[in-house]
Amino acid sequence: MTSTTSHSLGIAAKGLRKAYGDKTVLDGIDLAVPAGTVFALLGPNGAGKTTAVKILSTLIAADAGELRVGGHDLAVDPQAVRAAIGVTGQFSAVDGLITGEENMLLMADLHHLPRKEGRRVAAELLARFDLTEAAKKPASTYSGGMKRRLDIAMTLVGSPRIIFLDEPTTGLDPRSRHTMWGIIRTLVADGVTVFLTTQYLDEADELADRIAVLNDGRIAAEGSAEELKRLVPGGHVRLRFSDPAAYQSAATALREVTRDDEALSLQIPSDGSQRELRAVLDWLDAAGIEADELTVHTPDLDDVFFALTGDSKIPHQAKENVR
Amino acid sequence: MSTLALAVRDSSTMLRRNLLHVRRYPSMTLNLLLTPIMLLLLFVYVFGNVMSAGIGGGGADRSDYIAYLVPGLLVMTIGSTVIGAAVSVSMDMNEGLMARFRTMAVYRGSVLIGHVVGSVLQVLASLVLVGAVAVAIGFRSTDATVLEWLAAFGLLALFALALTWIAVGMGMASPNPEAASNMATPLILLPLISSAFTPADTMPGWFQPIAEYQPFTPAIETLRGLLLGTGIGNNGWIALAWCVGLTVLGYRWSTAQFNRDPK
Repeated sequence: MTSTTSHSLGIAAKGLRKAYGDKTVLDGIDLAVPAGTVFALLGPNGAGKTTAVKILSTLIAADAGELRVGGHDLAVDPQAVRAAIGVTGQFSAVDGLITGEENMLLMADLHHLPRKEGRRVAAELLARFDLTEAAKKPASTYSGGMKRRLDIAMTLVGSPRIIFLDEPTTGLDPRSRHTMWGIIRTLVADGVTVFLTTQYLDEADELADRIAVLNDGRIAAEGSAEELKRLVPGGHVRLRFSDPAAYQSAATALREVTRDDEALSLQIPSDGSQRELRAVLDWLDAAGIEADELTVHTPDLDDVFFALTGDSKIPHQAKENVR
Repeated sequence: MSTLALAVRDSSTMLRRNLLHVRRYPSMTLNLLLTPIMLLLLFVYVFGNVMSAGIGGGGADRSDYIAYLVPGLLVMTIGSTVIGAAVSVSMDMNEGLMARFRTMAVYRGSVLIGHVVGSVLQVLASLVLVGAVAVAIGFRSTDATVLEWLAAFGLLALFALALTWIAVGMGMASPNPEAASNMATPLILLPLISSAFTPADTMPGWFQPIAEYQPFTPAIETLRGLLLGTGIGNNGWIALAWCVGLTVLGYRWSTAQFNRDPK
């Protein structure tokens, strides 16, 4: 954080605090997002992600903290911040009573684009987000995915350099979700800074250069996906048996393993390297064990998430079905 | 761009949006118009003979009652039309769209100004329609000069502005559009206990001060004076005071709520 000058930071927060009554939502968080990168704020429901976005996008005031967005101080010049950002909130921010095209032209007018230019930008974005066919229909008739696309298209009308996306894929079907990922990647390719919140670990892993895990109003960890994965142990080789007798004898023969009697599977700690894998295989051969299935697991963000947010209720086995 | 130019430009963009809503969904405006027009026809054709006995110390007929009633119903039209502003403001405040406007570099007041100007224009259009119905069933002014007509028009516009700001405040204070509609109901009930249908001095003694000094009666009496040549007395000043007072109150109330941090 210290090596980056404030000029190259798209978003910088120091000691950001916010409380509602005696409930502290953000308890002094620090953030630094270099310009042109994707930053993901990851956390369970109620962690304070949306509050952080609302504050950084000038919607609500912070109780304390030094906040700069696009080089402008939020407390001093919120209007300059607003001119630099685009925001797509969790709830669709489209005018349902008018058509998709009218929504786009409304944005063009509010960005003071000349009429002709406004029409061109609107048409271009509608085409880019596959909404040209629906452009003349009232936005209230759009599906969830279409509304979300229109929402982002409206956000892009003023060509903002910094974009806040609050849970952009929540409630979308898998196809719309992948479309949204593609949209976000295109934005980044254009040099836009993206600040996104998500509760999906794979989403943060896919898109973000840096990830901060927010838990209970504090940043529990921050780093690239790789860095975060290194923080926690969790790599292992998993052996699955279909014959209970074979499972029992293997479990007795291999003592340093984690047993899962219900699934008839054993977990042997391993970092997933070729050398360790060979050692494990030799050991199995020597013990005369033949498993029906062998899989190698490297730690993923789920391990990080559960380790950092301290949710012990999540059974360890469940995560393997996530991807 | 200077602040004023920005304010004008963004406010007119918001106004265009509101007028687009009205054009796309005219049923709401027409519903609100139905009440004054129904009451006009009801009181003239169904109750007209009986009601006319109560005005002008007897000897009045139905056409006299039309003359008496129309100024009251024009003012009532304002109260009923601005309910639409309360509902549409409340609808806006409950949408994610408002959060978008707040995070854009647009003139802060433009959303409210758009609603207020839109609502006043809507009221004026409604007044023209109700006025046309009134003329069609026989309403005529008595020797009103051009100046008096202009004053009447100005009074109606001012009263529309005042009630619109109050309605906008009500819309902001309501958790949802239904509640906004309920909260604004007094704006259509107050004319019923004003001098719109019967003279205030025919009401029970204890009630007369309420009827005489509530916002609608002075405005109605002033309008009667301007269009029919009846005595205005101090009603003109009281009406003006109500207009200015309600405008300031509604403006302060609305902007205070708008500037508060959203949930």
